[in-house]
Amino acid sequence: MKEEIIIAGFGGQGVLSMGKILAYGGIMQDQEVSWLPSYGPEMRGGTCNVSVILSDNKISSPILSRFDTAIILNQQSMDKFEKQVKPGGLLIYDTNGITRHPERTDISICRIDAVEEAAKLGNAKAYNMVVLGAFLKMKPIVTMDNVIRGLKKSLPPRRHNLIPMNEEAITVGMNAVVKVR
Amino acid sequence: MAEKVLMKGNEAIAYAAINCGADGYFGYPITPQSEVMETLMKEKPWESTGMVVLQAESETASINMVYGGAACGKKVMTSSSSPGISLMCEGLTYLAGAELPCLVVNVMRGGPGLGTIQPSQGDYFQATKGGGHGDYRLIVLAPASVQDMYDFVDEAFELAFKYRNPALILADGVIGQMMEKVEFRPKKARRTDEEVRQQCDSWATLGKPKTRERNVITSLALDPVVMENFNIKLQKKYADIEANEVRYSTYKTEDAEHLIVAFGCMSRICENVVDMARENGIKLGLLRPITLFPFPKKQIDALVPQLKSIMSVELNAGQMVEDVQLVAAGRVPVGFYGRQGGVVPNPDEIYEAFLKFIK
Amino acid sequence: MDINDIIKPENKVYGKSSVLTDNIMHYCPGCSHGVVHKLVAQVIEEMDIQDKTIGVSPVGCSVFAYNYLDIDWQEAAHGRAPALATAIKRLNPDKYVFTYQGDGDLASIGTAETMHACNRGENIVIIFINNAIYGMTGGQMAPTTLLGQVTATTPYGRKAELNGYPLKITELLAQLEGTCYVTRQSVQNPAAVRKTKAAIRKAFENSMMKKGTSFVEVVSTCNSGWKIPPVEANKWMEENMFPFYPLGDMKDR
Repeated sequence: MKEEIIIAGFGGQGVLSMGKILAYGGIMQDQEVSWLPSYGPEMRGGTCNVSVILSDNKISSPILSRFDTAIILNQQSMDKFEKQVKPGGLLIYDTNGITRHPERTDISICRIDAVEEAAKLGNAKAYNMVVLGAFLKMKPIVTMDNVIRGLKKSLPPRRHNLIPMNEEAITVGMNAVVKVR
Repeated sequence: MAEKVLMKGNEAIAYAAINCGADGYFGYPITPQSEVMETLMKEKPWESTGMVVLQAESETASINMVYGGAACGKKVMTSSSSPGISLMCEGLTYLAGAELPCLVVNVMRGGPGLGTIQPSQGDYFQATKGGGHGDYRLIVLAPASVQDMYDFVDEAFELAFKYRNPALILADGVIGQMMEKVEFRPKKARRTDEEVRQQCDSWATLGKPKTRERNVITSLALDPVVMENFNIKLQKKYADIEANEVRYSTYKTEDAEHLIVAFGCMSRICENVVDMARENGIKLGLLRPITLFPFPKKQIDALVPQLKSIMSVELNAGQMVEDVQLVAAGRVPVGFYGRQGGVVPNPDEIYEAFLKFIK
Repeated sequence: MDINDIIKPENKVYGKSSVLTDNIMHYCPGCSHGVVHKLVAQVIEEMDIQDKTIGVSPVGCSVFAYNYLDIDWQEAAHGRAPALATAIKRLNPDKYVFTYQGDGDLASIGTAETMHACNRGENIVIIFINNAIYGMTGGQMAPTTLLGQVTATTPYGRKAELNGYPLKITELLAQLEGTCYVTRQSVQNPAAVRKTKAAIRKAFENSMMKKGTSFVEVVSTCNSGWKIPPVEANKWMEENMFPFYPLGDMKDR
């Protein structure tokens, strides 16, 4: 198994930490992982992306031009990464702020209204976990169990009280994801 | 088996330093490597191992603090990124001239000048050919993974003390910023004062006991004959390093008719290029120099007879390619592909350049 | 009576410090360096810390200080001695660590290292020889060169509009929280020599008390650079240097 994912959106949406939780989940199931962010002054507000690879074998290039899955959370990222999804791959996007919806017909496309769902949960910060839930529903490459174990690893112990809330948000995302085509 | 932890390359440097028994770190913040000192400050090793961590007023001060500590036989290090390393070059030539063991980490970014904070390999010449003045060499290790970042800290210190010479880990923004899983190696305790004295009393400034002559750490010798003899001794040491310490790895070179030479993050990207070529029936292989000085001259030389071409792939305008050309010595065409200024090419683009080159 | 009748233990009135080597000093006759070296050696001997002292020599006339004091030494790059001393002391808190620097090294190229080591309150001793000129390179303007003073690079005298003002770095350092003892002394007569020795001793003692940085400036002569004979140089120093660089303790806590 090898899954190459790009997660792209605005800084502050939790793009990097979502990638980190996914990577930790991979480690929990004894896979090779890599997490490569765009870094620099774009950390807050600007565009921000991270490529995450989970693989049963050693990972060679951490830098990719084509992805199995693109998780797209703003228009700039749609413009940049829609064309980089491998034929037969998956594109998940949040419709919030999207002015041009994906056009490709050779890939699976799903939408998740994560802003809305997180608001319903009463926790805007759970946004990235809703998105993660949507992804894991479509591609269950990491079990919920391993996601929770990964969360425990990546959160400091004083934040472990947040884990049930995160789990709930992931479940919400799993139920709210809609297959467009 | 030890637990595997997900962390950035820069964080791995910090944990490796603590776990291999380093005595001191002196640094100054600069992107993209600031996590090294941030992690050390967060971990407070002065409370656990007794390791000293200090934020200096400049890179110039950092490297001279390294000089002061190294001259006491201590395992000391600094880290920075390209512009900061330029400032440290004065200190590096003094360290080399005084034959002091130490570790410097350069997480390269694009230059020249203030440049960009994005990844680059533009400091290959600076690292392997000098940077500072005079005939000196650093032992240069080029990591390609976060595990390498961790492992090379201890290895670089070992080499530095073995040869009493500064060692440099030449990383880049990709390796520094990316997270992979890391296996922590068994911890080494910091050497006791007694152990440091046993190991280094013949040369280090540990305080002069009545039983020996005073130790003076200096790179100064006004008499040209004395200085020439010292230079000859240094060159002999560098020759020993070239004879004994070359590290490299290969990927699918056994039957290769074409070779890519690439180091650091580029070697990882070029593994994909090799696979793409093989899928299309082209016998391409990859040689990754792990030590940039000493450069794997003999290992490339041994492959030349079976090759139709060699291409050097770098994140610069073509630096290591000159060393490859020296080895090839006109026997086989040597090409180059690189991106500059912080742009990192993807495997497709390199494969295309490779096809164009061999056509 | 010949000389052997005079050289007897009972006639001994003065001995060379055992911490001084037998090497012949390269300093010009009349230079203050020799006297200050002797004082540092005497303090180290009297405190019985020869095996616990690490010196850092600068770039400048005193670059070869390591040839004259029989202790472990590090030779620093120009201006960087306080950075070296910082690391030496932090990694070896049981050692006495001092730098010995001239005005160009300490107050020009090494200003940042000096200010920051003092500001961090490193528990080291800094001995600062201020003779208002670059000696080793042949008498060029130093940061502490007086206005009007003729040097190789101020052949018509130092002018403020061209060269800026002489730098009172010791006064600046006295303002820093990190310094515990800042003093300015001289060695042109026996009384001054005794005071300077007491200042150096106090500075060395401070460095084990975790009080911060001790800084001893010694206003000095440079006959070769100033191009005047030793006795006249002392007089010139008293008349011209002391009014601008007044002697005494600036800080002692």
